[in-house]
Amino acid sequence: MDDHQRPDPDELLARVTEQEAKRRRGRLKIFFGAAAGVGKTYTMLDTAHLRKAEGVDVVIGYVEPHPRPETLARLEGLEAVPPRTVEYKGTQLREFDLDAALARRPTLLLVDELAHTNAPGSRHPKRWQDVEELLAAGINVYTTVNVQHIESFKDVIAQITGVAVQETVPDSIIEGADEVELIDLAPEDLIKRLKEGKIYQPQQVEGALRSFFRTGNLLALRELALRNTAARVDVQMQEYRRDHDIQKTWHVGETLLVCISPSPLSSRLVRATKRMATSLHADWMAVYVETAHRLRPADRTRIEETLRLVEQLGGSTMTLNGSQVSEEVLRFAHERNVSKIIVGKPAHPRWRDLLFGSMLDDLMRKSGDIDVYVITGEPDNPRPFNAQMPRRTSSWSAYGQSVLIMVVCTLAAALMFQFFAPVNLIMIYLVGVVLTASRCGRGPSVLASILSVAAFDFFFVHPQLTFAVADTQYILTFAIMLLVALTISTLTVQIKQQAETAREREKRTASLYAMSRDLANTRETEALIGLAAKHMREVFNSEITILLPNSAGNLKPGVGELPLPDLQEETVARWVFDHNHLAGLHTDTLPASKGLYLPLTASQSVIGVLAVNPKKPERFISVDQIHLLETFANQTALALERASLALDAAQAQIQVETERTRNTLLSSVSHDLRTPLAVITGATSSLLQRDKTLSDEDRRELAQVAYEESERLNQFVGNLLDMTRLESGGLHVEKEWQLIEEVVGAAINRFNGENKGQVIHVTIPPDFPLVQFDGGLIEQVIINLLENAFKYTPQNTLQNTPQNTPHITPIDISAREGIHEVIVEVADRGMGILAGDEERIFDKFYRSQPSNSKGVGLGLAICRGIIQMHGGRIWVENRPDGGAAFRFTLPMTEKPPGIEEEDDPDA
Amino acid sequence: MTQTHSTKPNPVILLIEDDSQIRRFLRTTLTSNGYTLIESTSGQDGLHQVSAQRPDLIILDLGLPDMDGLAVTEQLRAWTGTPILVLSARDKEGDKVKALDLGADDYLTKPFGTEELLARIRVGLRHLQQAIHIETPIFTVENVRVDLEHRHVFVDDQEVHLTPIEYKLLTTLIRFADRVVTQRQLLKEIWGPSYDEETHYLRIYMGQLRHKLEADPAQPRFLITEPGVGYRLKADS
Repeated sequence: MDDHQRPDPDELLARVTEQEAKRRRGRLKIFFGAAAGVGKTYTMLDTAHLRKAEGVDVVIGYVEPHPRPETLARLEGLEAVPPRTVEYKGTQLREFDLDAALARRPTLLLVDELAHTNAPGSRHPKRWQDVEELLAAGINVYTTVNVQHIESFKDVIAQITGVAVQETVPDSIIEGADEVELIDLAPEDLIKRLKEGKIYQPQQVEGALRSFFRTGNLLALRELALRNTAARVDVQMQEYRRDHDIQKTWHVGETLLVCISPSPLSSRLVRATKRMATSLHADWMAVYVETAHRLRPADRTRIEETLRLVEQLGGSTMTLNGSQVSEEVLRFAHERNVSKIIVGKPAHPRWRDLLFGSMLDDLMRKSGDIDVYVITGEPDNPRPFNAQMPRRTSSWSAYGQSVLIMVVCTLAAALMFQFFAPVNLIMIYLVGVVLTASRCGRGPSVLASILSVAAFDFFFVHPQLTFAVADTQYILTFAIMLLVALTISTLTVQIKQQAETAREREKRTASLYAMSRDLANTRETEALIGLAAKHMREVFNSEITILLPNSAGNLKPGVGELPLPDLQEETVARWVFDHNHLAGLHTDTLPASKGLYLPLTASQSVIGVLAVNPKKPERFISVDQIHLLETFANQTALALERASLALDAAQAQIQVETERTRNTLLSSVSHDLRTPLAVITGATSSLLQRDKTLSDEDRRELAQVAYEESERLNQFVGNLLDMTRLESGGLHVEKEWQLIEEVVGAAINRFNGENKGQVIHVTIPPDFPLVQFDGGLIEQVIINLLENAFKYTPQNTLQNTPQNTPHITPIDISAREGIHEVIVEVADRGMGILAGDEERIFDKFYRSQPSNSKGVGLGLAICRGIIQMHGGRIWVENRPDGGAAFRFTLPMTEKPPGIEEEDDPDA
Repeated sequence: MTQTHSTKPNPVILLIEDDSQIRRFLRTTLTSNGYTLIESTSGQDGLHQVSAQRPDLIILDLGLPDMDGLAVTEQLRAWTGTPILVLSARDKEGDKVKALDLGADDYLTKPFGTEELLARIRVGLRHLQQAIHIETPIFTVENVRVDLEHRHVFVDDQEVHLTPIEYKLLTTLIRFADRVVTQRQLLKEIWGPSYDEETHYLRIYMGQLRHKLEADPAQPRFLITEPGVGYRLKADS
């Protein structure tokens, strides 16, 4: 029976995600009945009272004010959301207030009459859409529906009752409901209630009995309702079984394909397909083949509406391009592994089939292993839908042109008449016909065909200049010529129109490609927005604004974009963003808006809103246009997401770098703090020894070393602090007009006695100008450079020269003026810089000879940081005579201020 | 207000410092150098001690827990001229200058050494003794001799001409010898209150002084610059 198989992990995941989503969603319970008056609202209210007694927060959203006393009585005791009044054509309508209900946010909300159409100006055109929003917000809902309101039953109901139901609810809503309770009442009982006045007002009873409330009707409706409920139970049972013994029923699924045409029959076909798909648990889709024929606007609208109906009912749509409908459909069907094709029965007369070929025939013969279902239609419109005669009006000038061409042909033929047999002249006319067909269109080419025959007959066939024909063979010639001419003209026109359609499509694809390519090359969000908007503006001939949430979460247009026209539109945009669902012009939600709004959905969530304000709103009715727009929106959303992810990645990279630096710092600090501390601890603990093992000399020595190490520690801590402030941006540069000479002097002064006899030569030209810089910071720079010089310069003692004479190696500090800058140099006579180290030496923690150095390698990095903050440069060069010269620049952008000359009587 | 002439053998120093280890080291150092030390651990107590004990010098840490050191300085200067030596942490340059402008006499940046500390204390006490007057009319530092009575300046016994402002600058520094004088103080003193932001004036003139008086103006021996704070004439070697 059922074979136990391991569940498919993807399927399980999908189911778990589905269950998750379901949990967050509100639960929908539908009180379902066969007809009005069976007691749905009454039962709903009853159940609500039970829930309230259990402690559930129950609120009435909207209950139709039937004049049914029993129902009215049940309203007592329940809180209600006050309805809103809508002014419509002079009357006051009371409608369900969705926003108030959302604000109130009860646990359970009662909303009567799911199929009701809302008054114009409401957020959604239909109440079931309001309920969808409530469920999405997590509010549980009880509602009522009659079987006649179910979309896919529309035609069946029409057949049974003779009444065409206008207000319908998509099947998906009913199927998706968590609970459906059938309120069943036998027809006799229902009629009895009607007569007792418990359903309608007394004056309406008569009419009701005669039309809707006939026993036959009620029986049929009851059966429909029962069957629907049974089918639902069956589905639930299957699901249960599936959860507990995994059964692979879904993978053997069928796929149904229905062919749509401009005929009004199509919507019936769609609904029938939906019913079939439901019972077969199959996927289904609808296809429309666009041929070269032009459609009348009414036909086009009908196609769009049918396509939208398909999507509403849960199917997918596809529009194909081609000349032969059957060929395109079959190719598509084979591609998608369609198992059944549904078409409507032909409504046009037989002769058309003979003349132009029957699409149905073609389809049936070439379908191979695909089943073809042909469904009845009621031709309320005798117009044939597979018309081979396209409606196209050509202008008068086109007709004129065709006549002109024929005249030219006649003249040419006349010229050739002397040399050629008349039969050959037909060719010239045929050329003329081809010319006309390719340039002028359908009508004129038919005219040209006829004219060519007539002209040929009139001018070139015996007896000439009459329409009479001497040789009856020419009749055949005429007939064939006309036939050929007509065929050529038809084909040429067809080709031309197909080429045009293809070009149209190609243009759109090309524009999508162009935008994708441009977006792929762009990184910054602002540029992306600009590009996307530019492309879409061109393609859709509309005003485009891309809205992105700012840091506060408010939607704002991108830089350089126009803001939305008014607050209303902003609200629509906000709604779209929050609900990830398109809204606006020609959609199901807020259709009264000025523009069309699409959510920009990236892989994870909604990242923005695309606002489209078309210059020609009519164009946007087509589902095709909206699909194309959605494709563009998707591309844009993905590009934006990519840009933001790139930014995130860059920041993550920075994080990693920071971590790494921090770790280096920690390890360095640890070592460089411990070492001097070790010395200090050692030395001072020795000093603390009470015994007399240490001499005064020793004590002095220990104290000295402890002091020196503590100085070193001080310097190290100072460097660390400076570096930290530099990196975290805590260093503030306070520029003042300073004298280089003064700062150098101050720096040297700091080494008071500690430079162990190093000689420093300072060369600064007199009257060196004032330069703007932060005195304390630049002093620090010079101190660090001097420290560096001291470290790597041999002591001012004996150098190894042949004469063995003491050789003083001074440190040279100098300054000179450059172009808009001053250059300061601190140079030593040490070992110089190793080639390749010139840049790295300024890096943090870099020591050129780790074993030799006593510092931690931050000094030069700090110098670089400070100089850079001043807008200068710092670098090192090796001196020609040996040693390193560190140079830095400080910019001089302004003239230094002068001072007033003072009166000096003795000068 | 009374200024005590310190004829006592042991000048009294009030230390207002909350950190016990610094107090410990200062205690040892100062007492072994012949000073009597009074300790206070908070600003409020410090202020109280000043009026109660009348110390000869106050050492004030700017980083006190209960009161802002600057507020203590301000309050003290409202009624006493006792020399105040402020201890400031590294990187808190602004506080140092503010304290000096509010009336503190000198500063020390932590960590500091004993020599520097003792030198500053000596200077502070000396100025106290000398009150406002400069005792001798001849001031000598290094190879420079200044005759304050006759307004002559000699470098290596050669007379050097100073402009009026340069001379005024020099004499102001002499008056505050060995103590730091803030930029603001100098500008106000010499050029007037409206010039107290025109630091370039000061720099240029100090530069001119150094060029005229110092052997190597780029490595001055007595006209010392304290960047960010002001200048100090170092006469006490």
